[in-house]
Amino acid sequence: MILDRAGTRLRPGSRFSNGACAIIPGCRSAKAVARGLILLLVLLLLACVPLFGDLFYTRLFTRIMIYAMVALSLDLILGYGGMVSLGHAAFFGLGAYTVGMLAHHGVVSALLSWPAAMAVSAAMALLIGAVSLRTSGVYFIMITLAFAQMLYYFFFSLDAYGGSDGMPMTARNTLGGWIDLGRHDHFYYLVLGVMLLVLLLAQRLVRSRFGMVIQGVRENEPRMRSLGFATYRYKLVCFVIAAAVAGLAGALIANQTLYISPAFMHWTRSGDILVMVILGGMGSLIGPMLGALSLLLVEEALASYTEHWMIVLGPLLIVMVIFARRGLYGLLAGSKAGD
Amino acid sequence: MTEALLEVRRLTKSFGAMMVSAQIDLTVAAGEIHAVIGPNGAGKTTLIAQLAGELKADAGTIHFLGRDITPLPVHRRARLGIARSFQITSIFQGFSVLDNVALALQAHNGHNFRFWRDARSCLAMRRTALEMLARVGLQQRAQSTAGNLSHGEQRQLEIAMVLATRPKLLLLDEPMAGMGMEESERMVATLRSLAGEYTVLLVEHDMDAVFALADRLTVLVYGRVIATGKAADIRSNVEVRRAYLGDGPIQVRHA
Repeated sequence: MILDRAGTRLRPGSRFSNGACAIIPGCRSAKAVARGLILLLVLLLLACVPLFGDLFYTRLFTRIMIYAMVALSLDLILGYGGMVSLGHAAFFGLGAYTVGMLAHHGVVSALLSWPAAMAVSAAMALLIGAVSLRTSGVYFIMITLAFAQMLYYFFFSLDAYGGSDGMPMTARNTLGGWIDLGRHDHFYYLVLGVMLLVLLLAQRLVRSRFGMVIQGVRENEPRMRSLGFATYRYKLVCFVIAAAVAGLAGALIANQTLYISPAFMHWTRSGDILVMVILGGMGSLIGPMLGALSLLLVEEALASYTEHWMIVLGPLLIVMVIFARRGLYGLLAGSKAGD
Repeated sequence: MTEALLEVRRLTKSFGAMMVSAQIDLTVAAGEIHAVIGPNGAGKTTLIAQLAGELKADAGTIHFLGRDITPLPVHRRARLGIARSFQITSIFQGFSVLDNVALALQAHNGHNFRFWRDARSCLAMRRTALEMLARVGLQQRAQSTAGNLSHGEQRQLEIAMVLATRPKLLLLDEPMAGMGMEESERMVATLRSLAGEYTVLLVEHDMDAVFALADRLTVLVYGRVIATGKAADIRSNVEVRRAYLGDGPIQVRHA
């Protein structure tokens, strides 16, 4: 069901190729069922990772799932809203720093610090977005980049919290009950659960009235305005939501690595996330998650041979952009996915 | 004359030394189809842009429904009931035809900060959207991707979207532009069906269409209104003939 939802969003608005589905929502084609089965299989595989007992893979896939969430959040503004932000890592890093700084001051409950991470990222996005969204195109790219770099240098020189060296966290957050985040398998399943929840919410969002407005803005903003939409407001809310999700992912990565450094916010990190989204396929939610998976796996595999693994990845990306403009997801789901 | 829906007074706009709107006075009465004609470069599209709010006038006022809307931005004017079509078709190319109209409906039906419920699950809205499509003869294409429609069909779709906002005033900027004979005729029929129900300000080069549709005309030359009146009066107005109609058919489309 989840994959069907994503599939139908791949070509926005083009889901009603089959007459019976025109008016009745939620009606499923055989293809959709097939996609649902594939998703179930992927889920099953993901659920099995910690069972192999190899800590390396548990940790690797935890990291992949966290980045999948960040990529998904960027897809909301980039793929659906048409806003090319080159500062998304700032919100990711802010989430991580919020958790780290709170832990430093003795607040270790995940129930407190994770929502706080989301709130801080969202609040910063409200400020940055309120200014940046008055511009568009190249100017928007530059201004988001500039804001992100400002935050990077702010934490870079914030010596009370590690400055350029970054700051360690002594232990993971606590969640209470029978979940022990300190255990890698528990943390893994929690991240899996959070990721699926985020995916479900995002899939509802892009199909909601709000989601339609956001995609309308991407398609034709002047038209939206002359229909009566105050487009700025919708773009800003979308920007804030995406930042909140990135902030949550940041909270998770702080717990994963137990080390928070300004590198999380560096513009090259924003670039990595952008590459994940484009590689995986913009505007499909699942695609960017696949992008995160493949980028991090390729990095992992190649980095063991050479530190110049980008030499291989670069051309790969060029080939993808030229020959598969809808990314990995477009390749997997076929050219008419979603119809 | 019935009550004025739109009142433009001394509207003035210049780009550098070029005056594109020179003290334009224009009154559109509720329920009429009012055409604005004039040679290329007369400032017709600029006038529409100022009425819609995309361009700010240098001087002058625009009253709509008795209210001064001169300082309002585009979307606020749209919410008051001013809807426009563009000279170059402006639709959501990647959306289905039905979604195009549904999104236009969304603009004026409840608020859009709804994040959970599937927008397409609102059957009432989808039915209304289909009715709007039926009105312009596109109900068979509801499921097609808008970008795949023919030029004529896309223009019809834009009319359906504009109607979906339940406008009180329609600003139509050359709805027949680039159309073949058959498509033009269909558009004229569509627009004729709006007569009486909607108030329309129509900019058009196709004189056959203009005289077939318009109740009243305003003639614009170099940003200046040189005549305004009933269609029959304009046809016989000597000055207008000299400035415009007498030049023979318009060959080059206003860019």
